[in-house]
Amino acid sequence: MSSIDVSPPAPSPTADPADRIDAAQLAVLEEGGITIGETFTIALASLAANKLRTLLTALGIIIGVAAVVALMAIGRGSQESITAAITANGANLLTVRSGAGSSGSIRGQVGSSQTLTINDAQALADPQQVPSAAYVSPEYNGSAQIVAGSLNVNAQVIGSTEAYPAVHNMTIAGGEFISAADNSSVANVIVLGANIATTLFPDGDALGQAVRVNGQRFRVVGVLDAKGGSGFGSSDDATFVPLSTAQRKLFGGRAIQGGAVLVSSIAIQATDAERVATALSEIELTLREQHGLPADGSADDFSVINQQDILASVTRTTQTLTLFLAAIAAISLLVGGIGIMNIMLVSVRERTREIGLRKALGARESDILLQFMFEALTISLIGALIGLLIGLAIAALVSLSGLITAVPSVDAALLAIGFAMAVGLFFGIAPAQSAARLDPIDALRYE
Amino acid sequence: MTAMIQVANLHKTYRMGEIDVQALRGVSFSIMRGEFVAIMGPSGSGKSTLMNLIGCLDTPTQGQYILDGLPVDQIDRNLLAAVRNRKIGFVFQQFNLLPRQTALENVALPLAYMGGISAEERLAYANEMLTLVGLGDRISHRPKELSGGQQQRVAIARALITRPALLLADEPTGNLDSHSSAEIMKLFESLHEQGMTVIIVTHEPEVASHARRVISVRDGLIERDGMPRRPNSHTPGRRRRPSVVDRAAYRVERRMS
Repeated sequence: MSSIDVSPPAPSPTADPADRIDAAQLAVLEEGGITIGETFTIALASLAANKLRTLLTALGIIIGVAAVVALMAIGRGSQESITAAITANGANLLTVRSGAGSSGSIRGQVGSSQTLTINDAQALADPQQVPSAAYVSPEYNGSAQIVAGSLNVNAQVIGSTEAYPAVHNMTIAGGEFISAADNSSVANVIVLGANIATTLFPDGDALGQAVRVNGQRFRVVGVLDAKGGSGFGSSDDATFVPLSTAQRKLFGGRAIQGGAVLVSSIAIQATDAERVATALSEIELTLREQHGLPADGSADDFSVINQQDILASVTRTTQTLTLFLAAIAAISLLVGGIGIMNIMLVSVRERTREIGLRKALGARESDILLQFMFEALTISLIGALIGLLIGLAIAALVSLSGLITAVPSVDAALLAIGFAMAVGLFFGIAPAQSAARLDPIDALRYE
Repeated sequence: MTAMIQVANLHKTYRMGEIDVQALRGVSFSIMRGEFVAIMGPSGSGKSTLMNLIGCLDTPTQGQYILDGLPVDQIDRNLLAAVRNRKIGFVFQQFNLLPRQTALENVALPLAYMGGISAEERLAYANEMLTLVGLGDRISHRPKELSGGQQQRVAIARALITRPALLLADEPTGNLDSHSSAEIMKLFESLHEQGMTVIIVTHEPEVASHARRVISVRDGLIERDGMPRRPNSHTPGRRRRPSVVDRAAYRVERRMS
């Protein structure tokens, strides 16, 4: 077979320097290109095409964000309820307890020895000695069985004076509180906390009724307003009798030792929040003098508890706990991020040909990089939003259960979502880069 | 007549482990605007490497390549994407359509990477291109719902949509039966008759016989450059007549400007 070469006269390609690329040609190539919005649309479409996989990939983020949001809401809720319970007793409250007598270098437990007497309370109530005290409330606590007709309840009985409601921020719903006259006459009168009143008198007519406390007959002279707050010895579950009655009639055996009339604690309200510290030192000075302790810095035989200190330490504790829980939840977010990276790497492998094709059709490396970054970020955003909803639902369920009122907060939600996005960004980069760097020739041949 | 492709002393060396493989060892040729060329050669001859260089998917180790007046060998990898987008329409053996998108969306895809055209306009052009390749009634079908020949036509419509200077087809009939192959080759011929520069890379003499010129590559060098060995019945004509492509192209051009 004869072959006649009739190839067109090939004009030999010129190696002319005039063929060098000029700036105008470059500028034409640089302009245009796909917009970021279009790339985002492509990413969304590819996620939508694999809904189940997208959801499963987001699962780690969903669980992580839900856990962070729910745990922080519960943590904050419990902190607020504890704070409320403490401040319900009055923020300017100082409580003096007997005890802490030291033997050798070992400090005894607070309240381990009875050293506070009614005389101490009178000294503290003296405005000459403790000018920073607004109210002084000596108390003597015990518990007793209280019987009204066929109903009975075991309750805390607090021997108190007329100063008690002022010191502890309590209000009377009906009748009146223990008066000074009740105390001087050692009267058999009793004031009931709100819960006790409804337990013993479901019909609500407690006032003027008779109850039996440890077998002795008492007349109900007052009922307190419900104060809320749970645990922490809520006054709703307590009853109140005159201090003298508690000391002499109800718990007489223990309250009177060698002629001294003991009290279990003395609650003092400072005149205002700024003078709590001053009051503290005045109280210590007065009591040391009362107890005949030398002024050389030997150990106190009493202790003064500042409500604000308790508040601060409880707040610190619950905050630490909340952070700790959130940190554990954040670890699951991190694991979720690794899940994203895993699936994205598989997805890049799976879509190698698609990537090659897009490059052949004019996608730049940066376009492919962006497309896969958007996919990773969208997965983490979807996960974060679903997780947020689930977290809020868990918080609402916990509140509904009545254990703790969970308090979801905007900053916790933003923190969780922000962290989830950062995780998506961090773990999305490696797969996106591996996609962007694929050689279009190899990618198109990939089987 | 102006040169569409000018290639001078093109070398490509791959490094495979310790050994340098010389895939191309100095190739020179020119292809004029409107030519219909087949590049032939057995596997390992370097024809795939040559196609990758012509398609701006790869850069030469040495030598010069001017595509439509653009010295491509001096352009960096990222800008080559723009060159591919605007100058070259690819047709692959595997069709390479995105399986989850309709024919219309597949055809419109290159315009997204070109930029500056709204989504509605892109789909409108894509519609025109599909009509052009005879698939005007299949625009919302997905690749799975189309025959091999129809899929390859979608791919050709996609290759044409950016109005490229060059249609570059890599074994376009390799996955098709003889009937579909004939149809696709007819489409290439008609595109050529309408003035498109067409380059087909193939190892099948039957396919190459449709071209007006065959460049045979062996061992990284051009072995033969001339008429097909078995001239086909068509008379090689460059007669231009206004066609569907021209009319569609005119409309597209007017809207783009």
